[in-house]
Amino acid sequence: MTPPMVKAEAVHKRFGRLEVLKGVSLEVAAGEVMCLLGPSGSGKSTLLRCINHLEKINSGRLSVDGELVGYRQVGEKLHELREGEVARKRSQIGMVFQHFNLFPHMTALDNVTCAPMRVKNESRDGAEARARELLDQVGLGDKVDAYPSQLSGGQQQRVAIARALAMEPKLMLFDEPTSALDPELVGDVLAAMQQLARDGMTMIVVTHEMGFAREVADTVVFMDAGVVVESGKPADVLSDPRHERTRAFLSKVL
Amino acid sequence: MSSGEAIPEQAGRPEDITAVPVRRPGRWVLAAIVLVVAVAIVRSVVTNPNFQWGVVGEYLFDGRILHGLRVTIELTVIAMGIGILLGVLLAIMRLSPNWLVSSASSFYIWFFRGTPVLVQLLFWYNIAALYPKIGLGIPFGPAFIHADANTLITPFAAAILGLGLNEGAYMAEIVRAGIISVDPGQADAAQSLGMTRLQTMRRIVLPQAMRVIIPPTGNETISMLKTSSLASVIVVTELLYASQLIYSVNFKTIPLLIAASFWYIVCTSVLYVGQYYLERYYGRGARDRGATPLQRIRAGLLSVRHQPSQ
Repeated sequence: MTPPMVKAEAVHKRFGRLEVLKGVSLEVAAGEVMCLLGPSGSGKSTLLRCINHLEKINSGRLSVDGELVGYRQVGEKLHELREGEVARKRSQIGMVFQHFNLFPHMTALDNVTCAPMRVKNESRDGAEARARELLDQVGLGDKVDAYPSQLSGGQQQRVAIARALAMEPKLMLFDEPTSALDPELVGDVLAAMQQLARDGMTMIVVTHEMGFAREVADTVVFMDAGVVVESGKPADVLSDPRHERTRAFLSKVL
Repeated sequence: MSSGEAIPEQAGRPEDITAVPVRRPGRWVLAAIVLVVAVAIVRSVVTNPNFQWGVVGEYLFDGRILHGLRVTIELTVIAMGIGILLGVLLAIMRLSPNWLVSSASSFYIWFFRGTPVLVQLLFWYNIAALYPKIGLGIPFGPAFIHADANTLITPFAAAILGLGLNEGAYMAEIVRAGIISVDPGQADAAQSLGMTRLQTMRRIVLPQAMRVIIPPTGNETISMLKTSSLASVIVVTELLYASQLIYSVNFKTIPLLIAASFWYIVCTSVLYVGQYYLERYYGRGARDRGATPLQRIRAGLLSVRHQPSQ
């Protein structure tokens, strides 16, 4: 059996005295789309940042594609990975941020080609050809030379998706990708994500878009106060939640 | 729209407002005063024979003055280069998570900002009194190469060291301000794409920090050009000392100071233009930048030339 793409076992994360993750365990299979729901401050974004080691976990085990995140296990001991190794592993995990975080001093095309050229040492021609293809896929084939400041929020977010895909990741993390968008721009971004899911990408999506969770997700996980409250098929969790806290949350957002 | 009602179109534009403007007598009085003062200054500059404009012209392109100008430019460029490199290094050190590294940087900045440049220059000039011999070798062990401090640290080298090391402390704070002005999300995005910390700094953070770094750096360069005149006290024949050497012989003090000032102003003006274009370059993507003055002039000329044929 192939190992799960992401496996978290009793993951704890503290910021100083504040415990944000209090023993989170979950599994994401290859090709699965998982939506993380929950009130703000429940630790969803922190969990995503731990998965690509932007944050270090304090205890528990977290692995991606069968390999520990940030460490190498030798016998009983954990050894910290060197920076280059961490960077190489991150390059296989795409991440899309709430505020896009496009590089404002580069055109859309340069945003997409930057990492393949600098990290994977691809040739400019190859990287550009692929970048044009990707931007075309997200419906921005005519915006390659635009700077982020000349694009709408929805367009920026789609460039950010293309930028992450350019590294050919095996896993995509979405951190509230539509929360900063005007309502009429949300649809295009969700459509791009839906297409990605259809193509078989493994995705973990932190979102408040219940429609997206219901339609696209294979699994929905509800988190609150640093723990997983319940998880299951979207139809079960969203329509027939077993826990009081899930019910309370859903009644507010639906 | 749900309803099909059309908004009735305005029949015609209402007339433009023509109103009697508010009287501002204060402005007129102020303008008159400014004008009178300006005329008085110009008149005295032109008619006061003590300015000795003829002598100024005579010495403006004097070989010794031009050589001094060259030394001033060399001092500025080299000291500023050292200052910028040192500043970037110190700023990155200061932001390092390593306590020892960041404290070392803080200490450097504290020390060099805390003492006057003039005093630092005199220190470097007299370094031989402190360390007569300077050697290169194993710390606390034998040295491989020895040199006499007096031959190694010439007045010019002392000026470079004094100005450059002092500038490093100021540039460090400017660069640090630039780096922390960049949204941390930029570093997150770069690292999530697999860039190392160094790549992130070089490709993503520093280019954006430049927009914040360049204007004060322009200031620093202009200030350095003028501060380099302090090197005259340690017998570096830069622009000021070159003119002092001449007027100490012929006593034409004022004309020679004017000649020196003329070249200082020419240099700072050139720097000012350079800064404008550098800011434009690093402002790309930030906003619509519009045409440069030069482009506007060229566009103007072209449109004039094309008019007859249209």
